[in-house]
Amino acid sequence: MSEPQLEIQALAAVVAVACALPGVFLVLRRLALISDAISHAILLGIVVAFFAVKDLTSPVLVFGAALTGLLTVVLVELLERTRLVREDAAIGLVFPVLFSIGVILIAHYADDVHLDVDAVLLGELAFSPFERVIVGDWDLGPKGLWVMGTVLALNIAFIVAFYKELKLVSFDAGLAVALGFSPAVVHYGLMSMVSVTAVGAFDAVGSILVVALMIAPPATAYLLTDRLGLMLVLSAAVGVASAIAGYWFAHWLDVSIAGSMAAATGFCFALAWLFAPERGLVALARRRRRQRWEFAQTMLAIHLLNHEGSPEAAEESRVEHLTEHLGWEPQFANRVVRGAERRGLVTPAAGRLVLTGRGRGVAQEAFVN
Amino acid sequence: MRIVALGAAVLGIVAGALGSFAVLRRQSLIGDAMSHAALPGIAAGYLFTASKEPIVLLAGAVVAGWVGTFVVGAIVRTTRVKYDAALGIVLSVFFGIGLVLLTLIQRRPDASQAGLDRFLFGQAAALLERDVVTMAVLGAVVLGVTFALWKELKLLTFDPDYAATLGFRVRGLDALLTGLLVVAIAVGLQAVGVVLMAAMVVAPASAARQWTDRLGLMVVLAAAFGAFAGAAGAVVSSEAERLPTGPTIVLCAGAVVALSFLLAPRRGLVARFLRERRGRRRLRVDAVLADLYELGRRHESFEHAHSATVLEAARGEGASVRGTLAELERRGWARQEEGDWTLTDVGRAEAENRRAARERVL
Repeated sequence: MSEPQLEIQALAAVVAVACALPGVFLVLRRLALISDAISHAILLGIVVAFFAVKDLTSPVLVFGAALTGLLTVVLVELLERTRLVREDAAIGLVFPVLFSIGVILIAHYADDVHLDVDAVLLGELAFSPFERVIVGDWDLGPKGLWVMGTVLALNIAFIVAFYKELKLVSFDAGLAVALGFSPAVVHYGLMSMVSVTAVGAFDAVGSILVVALMIAPPATAYLLTDRLGLMLVLSAAVGVASAIAGYWFAHWLDVSIAGSMAAATGFCFALAWLFAPERGLVALARRRRRQRWEFAQTMLAIHLLNHEGSPEAAEESRVEHLTEHLGWEPQFANRVVRGAERRGLVTPAAGRLVLTGRGRGVAQEAFVN
Repeated sequence: MRIVALGAAVLGIVAGALGSFAVLRRQSLIGDAMSHAALPGIAAGYLFTASKEPIVLLAGAVVAGWVGTFVVGAIVRTTRVKYDAALGIVLSVFFGIGLVLLTLIQRRPDASQAGLDRFLFGQAAALLERDVVTMAVLGAVVLGVTFALWKELKLLTFDPDYAATLGFRVRGLDALLTGLLVVAIAVGLQAVGVVLMAAMVVAPASAARQWTDRLGLMVVLAAAFGAFAGAAGAVVSSEAERLPTGPTIVLCAGAVVALSFLLAPRRGLVARFLRERRGRRRLRVDAVLADLYELGRRHESFEHAHSATVLEAARGEGASVRGTLAELERRGWARQEEGDWTLTDVGRAEAENRRAARERVL
């Protein structure tokens, strides 16, 4: 692994974590698509700020452009407040217009702006090691890494400082107000965090990947845990894993790094969707199947208990009889009996089934419930 | 030039009409997700057939867009991830896969990827006559199906539960409407690109919504607004130098939305402002008239004139009654005597009438 490769992966990992952290709160608060709006609308901010500072990785540009992100949020809320359109339509109206103005500005001043729309939308991670921070004779590494490192530090600081408030507002905004917290402050804090992250990251990965990294890893983590703290950690981990895997996949096929990282986040989500321990599709299917057998075994126990001690008990407790009385297929009946024997609910005795103490307990409990 | 404007207008008509349903069903952003999700379909269509026939690429876009929406639905149904996040995942992940495929195509020695790139940002200027013909035919099919199933789609949009109880197959209808929207979006991708297609679904429909409460009229208006935005954007961008078509079309659509929000009768912001101002003025006239009457009654003489300051004090802190008094004078209900005010006979009768009306209500 060469040094530029290492640097690219480091940058990708830092971007992934920086995006995943605010993304957790977006997903929990059902604001996921705000990230889409912000990451597109900042194009306008980037162009305007670029006129001022002429440097794509300048911190001034990052914060200046992040203001456009906040502007987007405010405009969406204003539009919504007129009650002329709903939130989804408001988002769909605001960001394409801001984005269009940005594209037109770029096209119009193409000679002055060394910036193209492709780069903003798609990013170019592969070029990131070329722009470096050099102090005196010291090469301190790629500039993008410093910018995103700062953004990541800010995000972590914000979350640590306002963890309690963020948690409360995310899960019970009403209670937060009742307790005297201001959801508005937390909301705009979060939106600032999303904007700054999106601007910092676009240069490296482009706005679409920002959306992928902000939403898919937190959604993946959401399927794996019920604890906010763990969800933050898992999101970051999924983000980093997607970033590294995406990089190597892109390297192997020689395709877009940003695209393949986005695809990797989708792959992680698909894995969790299928195999999450409790909520995954496989776990759900298995639980359903187990419940089906357990239900049948309980039925068997109830049946035996029902006829226990009665004159027809000898007849009713034959395995073959189950097919007639309970309408079970012979094969199915045999499997149920075997399962019930394994669980210690019944014991075979001379071709007949005898309820054990445990089996009696299960049958009685099922009756009570 | 005429071809381009025509193509943009077709796109506006189809997207506007189908967008109406999406906006009313609060699924405005599904257009955004679908248009991004269409990208891998376009790339795959090209990869498999090595053909840039518009119909092949469109078919790829439709299939991928439809699969994307299906995945969104499946995520929402089978996990606890909510609609917005599901949409975001599909949008960005499908787009990422599309990018991977596009870069894969770029590297193939046998083909230039020119022509696929334009799906990203759209290139209305590159529309050929056969592109426009394809768009028009597909658009006509979409509009035809919409018209044929008008009653069902209307019911689905406004009251899906009721539709289900009536025995309509809601899931099937939903999939069909989604399919129509996907085709509408695929038709427009070439002209405005995946990023801005979302606006063409949302903007004309949101503008049309302000002018009417009837679905039929809304769909027709949205189609008209879409056609106008498309054609105007195409013409403007071809007249000016370095004005990309897609963004110009979107800005035209945005202008239509802004004008509609401001000027629409009843719902529009100007109409609302005027209505509220009229209401406030009526209340003020009512109050000052009642005050003057009450003062007259207390003094047991309606000849006695009162200073504006007294009336202002009666209205509460910081209130100004001069404008209202002028209005009363204009209506002939009050007159001024050496700077003080008193009711005319007509004004007294009016005040008594209003008082009686108020008491009847109470």
